[in-house]
Amino acid sequence: MAEALAKISQVQDWGMIQIRADLARAGDAIAAAVGVALPERGRITSDGSRSLGWMSPDELLLVLPRAEAAEALAALQDALSTEHALVLDVSDMRAVFRIQGAKALDVLMKLCPADLAAMPEDGLRRTRAAQVACGIWREPGGYVLIGFRSVADYLRGILTGAAAPGTQLDPR
Amino acid sequence: MTETGPFRLPRGGRLIDRAYQLPFRFDGRQMRGLLGDTLASALLANGQLMMGRSFKYHRPRGPIASGAEEPNALLGLGQGGRFEPNQRATTTPLVGGMVTTPQNCWPSLNADIGAVNNWLYRFFPAGFYYKTFMHPRPFWKHVFEPIIRRSAGLGKAPTEADPDRYEQAYAHVDVVVVGGGIAGLTAARDAARDGKSVWLVEQTPHFGGRTPTDHADGQARVDALLAELRGMANVTLRRSTQATGLYDHGYLLVRESLADHDPNAGIPRQRLWRIRAGHVVVASGALERPLSFAGNDVPGVILASAVRDYIDNYGVAPGRRIVIVTNNDDAYRTALVALDAGLEVPVVIDARSAAGGALPAAVRARGVRVLTGSAIAGIKGGQAVEAVKICAHSGSGQVTETVDADCVAMSGGWSPVVHLWSHCGGKLNWSDAQAMFAPDPNRPPTGADGKAMASCVGAAAGDLLVPALTGAQAESATMPVWVMPAHATRKMKFKMWLDFQNDVKVSDVELAAQEGYHSVEHTKRYTTLGMATDQGKVSNINGLAVLSNALNQPIPATGTTTFRPPYTPLTLGTIAGEARGEIFQPLRKTPMHGWHESHGAFFEPVGHWRRPYCYPKAGESHADAVAREIRAVRASVGTLDASTLGKIIVKGPDAGRFLDMMYTGMMSTLPVGKCRYGLICNENGFLSDDGVAARLSEDTWLVHTTTGGAERMHGHMEDWLQCEWWDWKVWTANVTEQWAQVAVVGPKARVLLERLGGQIDLSPEALPFMGWAEGEIAGIPARVYRISFSGELSFEVAVPANRGLELWEKLHEAGRDLNVTPYGTEAMHVMRAEKGFIMIGDETDGTVIPQDLGLNWAISKKKTDYIGKRAQERSHMTDPRRWKLVGLESVDGRVLPDGVYAVADGVNPNGQRNTQGRVTSTYMSPTLSKPIAMGLVLNGPERMGEVLEFPVAGQESYKARICDPVFYDKEGSRANG
Repeated sequence: MAEALAKISQVQDWGMIQIRADLARAGDAIAAAVGVALPERGRITSDGSRSLGWMSPDELLLVLPRAEAAEALAALQDALSTEHALVLDVSDMRAVFRIQGAKALDVLMKLCPADLAAMPEDGLRRTRAAQVACGIWREPGGYVLIGFRSVADYLRGILTGAAAPGTQLDPR
Repeated sequence: MTETGPFRLPRGGRLIDRAYQLPFRFDGRQMRGLLGDTLASALLANGQLMMGRSFKYHRPRGPIASGAEEPNALLGLGQGGRFEPNQRATTTPLVGGMVTTPQNCWPSLNADIGAVNNWLYRFFPAGFYYKTFMHPRPFWKHVFEPIIRRSAGLGKAPTEADPDRYEQAYAHVDVVVVGGGIAGLTAARDAARDGKSVWLVEQTPHFGGRTPTDHADGQARVDALLAELRGMANVTLRRSTQATGLYDHGYLLVRESLADHDPNAGIPRQRLWRIRAGHVVVASGALERPLSFAGNDVPGVILASAVRDYIDNYGVAPGRRIVIVTNNDDAYRTALVALDAGLEVPVVIDARSAAGGALPAAVRARGVRVLTGSAIAGIKGGQAVEAVKICAHSGSGQVTETVDADCVAMSGGWSPVVHLWSHCGGKLNWSDAQAMFAPDPNRPPTGADGKAMASCVGAAAGDLLVPALTGAQAESATMPVWVMPAHATRKMKFKMWLDFQNDVKVSDVELAAQEGYHSVEHTKRYTTLGMATDQGKVSNINGLAVLSNALNQPIPATGTTTFRPPYTPLTLGTIAGEARGEIFQPLRKTPMHGWHESHGAFFEPVGHWRRPYCYPKAGESHADAVAREIRAVRASVGTLDASTLGKIIVKGPDAGRFLDMMYTGMMSTLPVGKCRYGLICNENGFLSDDGVAARLSEDTWLVHTTTGGAERMHGHMEDWLQCEWWDWKVWTANVTEQWAQVAVVGPKARVLLERLGGQIDLSPEALPFMGWAEGEIAGIPARVYRISFSGELSFEVAVPANRGLELWEKLHEAGRDLNVTPYGTEAMHVMRAEKGFIMIGDETDGTVIPQDLGLNWAISKKKTDYIGKRAQERSHMTDPRRWKLVGLESVDGRVLPDGVYAVADGVNPNGQRNTQGRVTSTYMSPTLSKPIAMGLVLNGPERMGEVLEFPVAGQESYKARICDPVFYDKEGSRANG
């Protein structure tokens, strides 16, 4: 039997901070506080360790090593103390999966209605995977998919199923 | 003759591989076919012309086509879970070991008892069922319908689960070309040369369409195009891939067959592609039409193009002596192919007065007699063609000659396949010259930009010969022939089939017209024309032409019926896709879900969550488990997994003002460190959700919602913030899943929590009822809310979700000697009912306002406004006759059934008993050892002590006394521990 289309693995050690603010006003302060450039609409910026994703016109998601979350939270709250802003540690709220391999895009194409092939290299796309909400961005060798933690088993099930050996989307 | 059947030709068959023989079974008999055969070609090669029976008269049926339009050759395929009814033999690739069964016949295909209808068909005219079975009325339901239902339907539904897997996939493509014939291949190449991303999908396993069979050097032309396309990186070619429907915004559904030919390949059987196409090029070709002559349904009467397909593609002779009957030049190709294969063509019957084109000339040159101005008057033979009776086309059927034959190749002209074009609103024009409906390029289906989202090319556009690509020479005109001969008698029309599967004949359509059915849509439903599994692919145009003639109006005045997707039936499995078994639906699980499972929890669905209903021990019933859990909580301490409760952060300078609008009560005055219960109504005043809000800081609240209300309430808040109060400075965040939450409940709750250690002072002084505190418990960062939904001393402890299981396990370790007991949702429900607390979804149903539930104390009188306030002041909402919440005490010890109504005197205008109340919650209370219930009752609070009657069908009426809804601890002292 052939190999799976991609290796599906769950990431456990990431921290996440949700930021809501007027990005036009507070964007520079946020970027300075987290040390990563402010992303354009639909993009995610990264310094290799931390990533800052554009979630909506007034929402960002900071992804970073879990150990740094508390410190980053404090730094952000400090930087935004004079702004109308919301900064929350949501490190426990999501399930994170890596989809790694040459056919990783095939796996996502079976589950997500978004045009992920057309997503820019530094794109972040909020879409759905089968019946649940998710966010997707690229990383070397594949993709990162985040969803809610309560449906982690479901996400693992659909990702593993979509990656089943021999099911590549190439014409036959 | 080879071993693969007496009708296999010694040579030819461009799609078969004679080196690979495949055994298969049909109707219990062993047969052999070849790799590349369809089921139909393999059966024909074995001399099995008859493949099924028609729906109404059980007439013998053989294939009349060679492709997707086939109405007759429908088989049951496979066995057990893989059994599939109504599979078209003409499009099913032969697989070694295949087991196939004929349908709609009993006891056997050859001697079918239902075929007695055959002799009675004069008595089964159009609308027969409507006319015959209407009276006497009661007979319909009890006698006629069951019998008709038993005899209705072609194939049987499978009885076992489908063992195959299916999947779906999404694609975004600039141009999708549907149809891999020469026009489609060329359109794909042209689009690809423009730099667009291009998909070409072909329903069969082979590219080329009719061109290789119908045109000299056709295969070479196709191969050249394929070679170029295969060299282009922006082109994707998919075979065995059927476009089934085109929807708004260029949404195209396409079914790709992956393992239909090999069930053991270990991959999904079929894949449903959901494509967003920038533009769809419809290159789906054309379908040949039958001719309506008497006996045109006898097995062996086959479309002319299909006859040459069987010969040329599969090396199979549908007959050895083939009579051609036509109204056009194209059918002469069949004569040439048959002659080349060494078969006899005794005569070509051409309805036209002259046949002067190059093709008729070529046939004449081979010594074949061509009878122009002629027609078929009838077919001799029942289960197979024996001879053809010939007459003048202009007459009424006077037989001039009878010619022996075992096959009739008929052609009534061609109809472009306009289904995809029409699915989304593309319009058609009638062409008198070509006798067909063709797409009107000026009235295409339009996309979001108002421009055409689809276009047609090749035969689908009405360019039947595609001479620019095939090099075909011009042919002489087709002569419309809708009934053959032109002045056929009524008796002959009884034997002229339009819809072969549903047994609709020329006589039926004429009768419908005579009875006043002028609309083609009505006639379709009255006669069932085109309503079979083939959806009228070969019958529609002939049928509406006959209707037009009967109504004495031109064909475009009659119009077509509506083209609806799918073009060919879709397997239900492809529609379900991956959604089956474990991943049928997302099940939401809390961080403690695994513990609940390993401790025997019986789960109940709450939204997409699965929550423990109770934790039955060995041998314990659910009711017993619930009672045990409640007694343990009330006696000592229990834990409830409350992680599913909605948790929404609301922050900002306007957060207090915003929450005052969201809730009926006042949230802005809540001091930091305190909690308050609140009600949320919709703008119509109806109670929508409830829960406890905690003020975390000067500008931040944490709002708890019901389990099912989290997403709904968050959406409700965002709706108002984004659409109405967009200038208010408020942020919201749904953090439900960030936190695991455990309710620690019972008189020993504080003792247990204190054992875990931490910096939070849980004493009544430091943490009073409706207060909250933050710190660590058992070394885990936590918030503790002192709120109670059971009436007991109760702490809800929220910790980061990843540490929820740790907290839960520590509670159970530390509380072993306290008999700490996990309890489920049912115990929670019963305990709150014992306290007279309402439950959203039980006491409320979308028509109940807080005032109905005696919750006026939770409605602020100081506020000028809140969502729902105005609505609650409407006359109907302030009507004193609105039913109000009360307790109900069973008078005979029986637990009241849920939802039952209390009757009042008299009857309503429908003759039903008047009602005066209904039960909203009802349980056996283990605490009080008696049934308890709540309900909404007319003037209830003023009628304490009155007994209501609740009739239940088949039982003695239940009776209950109206009482206070708080059954337990009316003083509320237990919540203080």
